[in-house]
Amino acid sequence: MEWEVVIGLETHAQLQTKTKIFSGASTAFGSEPNTQACEVSIALPGVLPVLNKEAVNCAIKFGLAVNAEITPRSVFARKNYFYPDLPKGYQISQYELPVVGKGAVTIQVPAVGKNAAYEKVVNITRAHLEEDAGKSVHGAVEGMSGIDLNRAGTPLLEIVTEPDMRSAAEAVAYAKKLHELVQWIGICDGNMQEGSFRCDVNVSVRPKGTEKLGTRREIKNLNSFKFMQQAIEFETRWQIETLEDGGKIQQATVLFNPDTGETRAMRSKEEANDYRYFPDPDLLPLEITEADKARVRALMPELPEAMKARFESEYGLTSYDAATLTASRDVANYFVDAVNAGADAKPAANWVMGAISAKLNVEEKSITESPLNAAQLASLLKRIADNTISNNAAKQVFEAMWAGEGEVDTIIEAKGLKQVSDTGAIEAIIDEVLAANAAMVEEFKAGKEKAFNALVGQAMKASKGKANPAQVNEMLKKKLGA
Amino acid sequence: MINSSLKTLSQMLAKKEVSSVELTQAFLNRINTFNPEINAYIALDQDRTLAQAKAADVRITAGNAEPLTGIPIAQKDIFCANGWKTTCGSKMLANFVAPYDAQVITKFDAAGAVNLGKTNMDEFAMGSSNETSYFGGVKNPWDFTRVPGGSSGGSAAAVAARLCAAASGTDTGGSIRQPASLCGLTGLKPTYGVVSRYGMIAFASSLDQAGPMAKSAEDCALMMNVMAGFDERDSTSLNREKEDYARDLNKPLQGLRVGLPKEFFAEGLDANVGKVIEAAIAEYKKLGAEIVEISLPNTGLSIPVYYVLAPAEASSNLSRYDGVRYGHRAAEYTDLMDMYCKSRAEGFGAEVKRRILIGTYVLSAGYYDAYYLKAQQIRRLIAQDFEEAFKHCDVIMGPAAPSTAFKAGEKVDDPVAMYLQDIYTISTNLAGLPGMSVPAGFSTGDDGKALPVGLQIIGNYFDEARMLNVAHQYQQVTDWHTRMPDLPTPQGTK
Amino acid sequence: MALSIEDIKKIAHLARIEVSEGEAAATLTKLTGILGLIEQMQAVNTEGIVPMSHSQDVVQRLREDVVTKTNQREAFQKIAPALGNGSTERAVDCGLYLVPKVIE
Repeated sequence: MEWEVVIGLETHAQLQTKTKIFSGASTAFGSEPNTQACEVSIALPGVLPVLNKEAVNCAIKFGLAVNAEITPRSVFARKNYFYPDLPKGYQISQYELPVVGKGAVTIQVPAVGKNAAYEKVVNITRAHLEEDAGKSVHGAVEGMSGIDLNRAGTPLLEIVTEPDMRSAAEAVAYAKKLHELVQWIGICDGNMQEGSFRCDVNVSVRPKGTEKLGTRREIKNLNSFKFMQQAIEFETRWQIETLEDGGKIQQATVLFNPDTGETRAMRSKEEANDYRYFPDPDLLPLEITEADKARVRALMPELPEAMKARFESEYGLTSYDAATLTASRDVANYFVDAVNAGADAKPAANWVMGAISAKLNVEEKSITESPLNAAQLASLLKRIADNTISNNAAKQVFEAMWAGEGEVDTIIEAKGLKQVSDTGAIEAIIDEVLAANAAMVEEFKAGKEKAFNALVGQAMKASKGKANPAQVNEMLKKKLGA
Repeated sequence: MINSSLKTLSQMLAKKEVSSVELTQAFLNRINTFNPEINAYIALDQDRTLAQAKAADVRITAGNAEPLTGIPIAQKDIFCANGWKTTCGSKMLANFVAPYDAQVITKFDAAGAVNLGKTNMDEFAMGSSNETSYFGGVKNPWDFTRVPGGSSGGSAAAVAARLCAAASGTDTGGSIRQPASLCGLTGLKPTYGVVSRYGMIAFASSLDQAGPMAKSAEDCALMMNVMAGFDERDSTSLNREKEDYARDLNKPLQGLRVGLPKEFFAEGLDANVGKVIEAAIAEYKKLGAEIVEISLPNTGLSIPVYYVLAPAEASSNLSRYDGVRYGHRAAEYTDLMDMYCKSRAEGFGAEVKRRILIGTYVLSAGYYDAYYLKAQQIRRLIAQDFEEAFKHCDVIMGPAAPSTAFKAGEKVDDPVAMYLQDIYTISTNLAGLPGMSVPAGFSTGDDGKALPVGLQIIGNYFDEARMLNVAHQYQQVTDWHTRMPDLPTPQGTK
Repeated sequence: MALSIEDIKKIAHLARIEVSEGEAAATLTKLTGILGLIEQMQAVNTEGIVPMSHSQDVVQRLREDVVTKTNQREAFQKIAPALGNGSTERAVDCGLYLVPKVIE
């Protein structure tokens, strides 16, 4: 039987606020345990929550970015359960009326093997504001767990998708797109190591062609795209094998073990939960007006979709190139900076997506850490455009600039890479080449087109790569009477 | 002196006829004499109290005293007070020393009032007799065999026995008004949102409201001037302009429309209590009030609705008592689950556990719509009853409690009978309206003991000043509020 | 909706309150009485009535995103409970609150 995997994601994005969602305690990461756990964070008797305006702004930004309905009056609810890192015995979240309703994001699924790259729309079911829990620390004291409540109360936006994804590749493409989007609009720092962006993935399988969803298992707290890919692939195989062996899937929460590459059911979540949601009486309905939306919209950067369209119309880039450049705000900014510094758009796009991207990949750097800044790239591209150097020479110059050997003109000078465009000099070289390669000239005259390219190569070699290839071509043709 | 009004005490302090330290010491002496029997206070800290009195005297001398500066006030043990043991009447918090101040405490401190001590109460304010307190019951100063009412029983007994000049209370379903009625004092539950709940240990967040318990309406007005006000730390605190609650005390009542809900005078009301209330209404007629018959048809439903909503909120509010960060942790446990279950089983008393279980049940999967949602819908019907009624009258009057103080132990094993104590008070909490109880006379029971009866006055939203006016005018022509019980001299003292 | 002993045990577990067999039976009697009182609600037709969560029709006030809280760990951990199981030490160490091992 052929199986189809059905995947939905729930992502927790920690919002970039200075303080917690319901108190004035700092959200800074990495402090001594419980030094940022104020009376509200540790839930002393009598304390009360007051909602952070910036957390609400972040939610509005997200809603606008995914073209979602923003609920005019959303409601905070209590999700009741006992856990040592949950000091109140309930988490303040949103249940029936989340702040952000239905929306959508378009993802680019990259080519895999012989399958071509494609675009897909993933529907957002909802996004709601809630508070993060604290952390359990193991191993500090023998046989005990230590509770650190510094993180308790940090604002989260939980973003839930429809079960729209059909492969690990799609899920990862969505997660990456979302990861970029929340950073793009400045609501989340995206730091997955520190847990600022965590994904829970719901996976189920069903016979291909059927409608009914299979029983799902939820893979909790994936904090890298690589693990997400591995976890989904393992989980999918496991579910299919289980079903093919005549077994049944039990709804469960599972954890991914990166060491074994396997998923396993969590022990503590075995019992069926009954969260007893009800509207939090300590909080009033959150009202978001059209004016609030307009105010927030004015503060938002140009969104990737709009920027992509602009790159196509303004710079004449292809849809693919525009999409690639706008997949990351930093990359897009780098590109725009290079163009603003005088580079032609098309070559700038090619260099950013080509040589620069390849280098960054090898060195595992982000574009903001690139040793070659946008202005430097523009200076290099200008020297190609004005025929000072050939494309080939440009590659050498680029390497040298990347290695920090200096600015473009200095390097061209030092390496003697200046292109020869002097007709007399080129003519002399060509005459020399023709004289030394009489056999090739004969072959060409006998109709072997290939021989022409060989002669060009010889001429370029003779000029040590400095001759302007276009000029060489032209003059050679004239000389050979072609 | 111990029987003087707050205004008189304030004047005496200003004129240096007495110092705050002397006044405070006089109350402390009475507390030392009578509290071992009455058990109105569960936390006393004389050094701290006298230090506050000393500071108040300095302030009075410096000439920047406010009306309550130097006046000894008792605080219900539901308010967190920095450095004070704050137990909420529970074993769960028996050793809890609050590390911060409730807004109410902050306001009394800022006003220069002296904190005499923390008063006994039903555990987590759940009860109508003060018998659910982990620290034992409180005796009604009018009859030591009877309860003072609850949950603010300690505050009520402290005011009635003149163990303080005035006290704070809280009222979720009648916890200020019913004990005020049973102990013969004036108590006001303000409109929900007028007094900050920050630092007031939560029972049912959407119903809890703090207010004053004092000897007279005028005293309550002075207390309100301190307690009321916007607090940005409480999302449900209402941002309204500051008002003087004493401003209308002396307005005549000519033309006041008094609504009498027929449901408050139906079956279930003790006949003698009914007579006292009728006499009080007659007095209002003499003061120029006009009587209007009204109906609050859903009154009977207020108890079922309340016993869904309040336990539901409480079950969640009390989840923080898990033995992890503060409060009681079981001495022996095997694992985390065992620690939770034992700590909570040991730390909470029977009534609190019952309400947590009821609340857990009505919120649990499959029951939410039939109980919680339904109760919220009927809550709106109850609020609409009042909205309709206030189209025809300015204030509503009736009994505050169906009977006078009952015997200790009489209802403690029958939660449903106990819950019916709140039949006349709960609906105002559900609607969020202000309500007060005013001493209206005495009813003599079978044993020949005269016990106080409270007249309830319910006002429209934010009508506290008018209600205090209505009560004050009555107190100008009656002296019920000045009566004080004859306290039997404790054995072993002269 | 009649309650059973099983219901009592289930909700007691949800509420993390230990109840012995004897307590469960007594609790069942009391809760059944209270639920009887509550059942009166079912006679009311509430179709179309908007549930009332708050008495005032006001919306949530928002707080500026400014740090107002300082480190009070010492004061707050001074009131931590005793560790238990033979230890009267406070249930804190290295600034952490201590609980029996959490198993995930």
